Amino acid sequence: MTALLLRDLKLSVRAGGGALIGVLFFMTVVAVIPFAVGPDLNLLSRIGPAIVWIGALLSALLGLDRLFQTEREDGSLDLLLMQEHPLVLTVLVKCLAHWLGNGLPLVIASPLLGLFMNMDEVAIGATMLTLLVGTPALTFIGAVGAAVAVALPRGGLLVSILVLPLAIPVLIFGVSASYAAVEDPAPFMPPFLILVAITMFFAVLGPLGAALALRNAGD
Amino acid sequence: MIKILMKVSRMRLVAENLSARRGEDLIFTDVSFDLGAGESLVLTGRNGSGKSTLLRVVAGLLRPETGRVTWTSDSADSGMRAAEACHYLGHRNAMKAELTVFENLAFWKDFLGDTQDGKGIPPGEAADAVGLGGIVHLPFGYLSAGQQRRMAFAKLLVAYRPVWILDEPTAALDVSAEGVFTELIKAHLAAGGILLAATHQPLGLENAKELRMTGFAGVGEGRW
Repeated sequence: MTALLLRDLKLSVRAGGGALIGVLFFMTVVAVIPFAVGPDLNLLSRIGPAIVWIGALLSALLGLDRLFQTEREDGSLDLLLMQEHPLVLTVLVKCLAHWLGNGLPLVIASPLLGLFMNMDEVAIGATMLTLLVGTPALTFIGAVGAAVAVALPRGGLLVSILVLPLAIPVLIFGVSASYAAVEDPAPFMPPFLILVAITMFFAVLGPLGAALALRNAGD
Repeated sequence: MIKILMKVSRMRLVAENLSARRGEDLIFTDVSFDLGAGESLVLTGRNGSGKSTLLRVVAGLLRPETGRVTWTSDSADSGMRAAEACHYLGHRNAMKAELTVFENLAFWKDFLGDTQDGKGIPPGEAADAVGLGGIVHLPFGYLSAGQQRRMAFAKLLVAYRPVWILDEPTAALDVSAEGVFTELIKAHLAAGGILLAATHQPLGLENAKELRMTGFAGVGEGRW
């Protein structure tokens, strides 16, 4: 299983891997916002956490459709399905590798983009923390969509649309926790803990659903 | 050339009354066979007659319409799926073009692991065995189609599985490579392995059973 994790990490940084593409897309989305909204610093800092979260959500969805499709195209998926290891575990490891390769770079890039949005230190820290906790949930949710659409030739957009409704709660609680950190009356912990709960919930349910879909995708 | 340590055991790969469906059509019905250690079964028949489908059913990748595939051996747990004892080499090579040949082979060796009946050999030796020992440092995508096929075959050697399921193993190969494959397959059978292959070219195996697939009409003369 460690071998699978390492292989997927290597693939995500080599040519054709999605690691840098996701970060570049994230920067593109967030960097154009100040140009569109105009130089109103107060407005920018007020919408900052939401914009950074939307950017991260879209970039996280961007590379998800390739999660199992590349494996299927070169025949590796057949071999992954045949093994003794439980398929759920294989899918979980692939999700972890995908998050380390695609999700973690987004978290690391988010403080820089927070500066674009004129956010203060507390807001940047809170956004980074909520992204760190919330983006794994996006990967686990996306894995189900990717598994369902694995046999479709151009399933990319379909995967994003399929998983978006499930990803909305992550966005809601991620953004509200980020706001709660800067705006006084709202407490930070409740939305943050719900975000943690969502991630843990999907860490179990996502690989289960994806494994089930892969088993039945047989062709 | 290759020594696979193993004791001769009571290994059996048994298929009973298999039939499979693609869409509305039954591709084949009532295929049964029983293969023991050292035995091989070669599937022949025209394109579309269901050879690949049968192999995928045996490998557990397609659900059969009726029947079942069972695997028994001394070391197998009772609940073991037949697929876990099999190597499957399909039309696609299951190797990543971005990684070097060595990384590919080392990954599969590590991920597949060995079954209890035998041991795989190191990636370098496996590449030597298919006659391409000097180029394991190249990315897999740089190799020619024939070289890629040879390296995919080397994958069968790095992790031990008693049953080899090969779908058109000699496509895109030159004559010398076919000879190498035949030798490797013979060595595997001599060590007590089982072979199930679909092919158009004769593999040069002396006492292989043959199952002729006839397509939609069912399977003729193929009851074992």
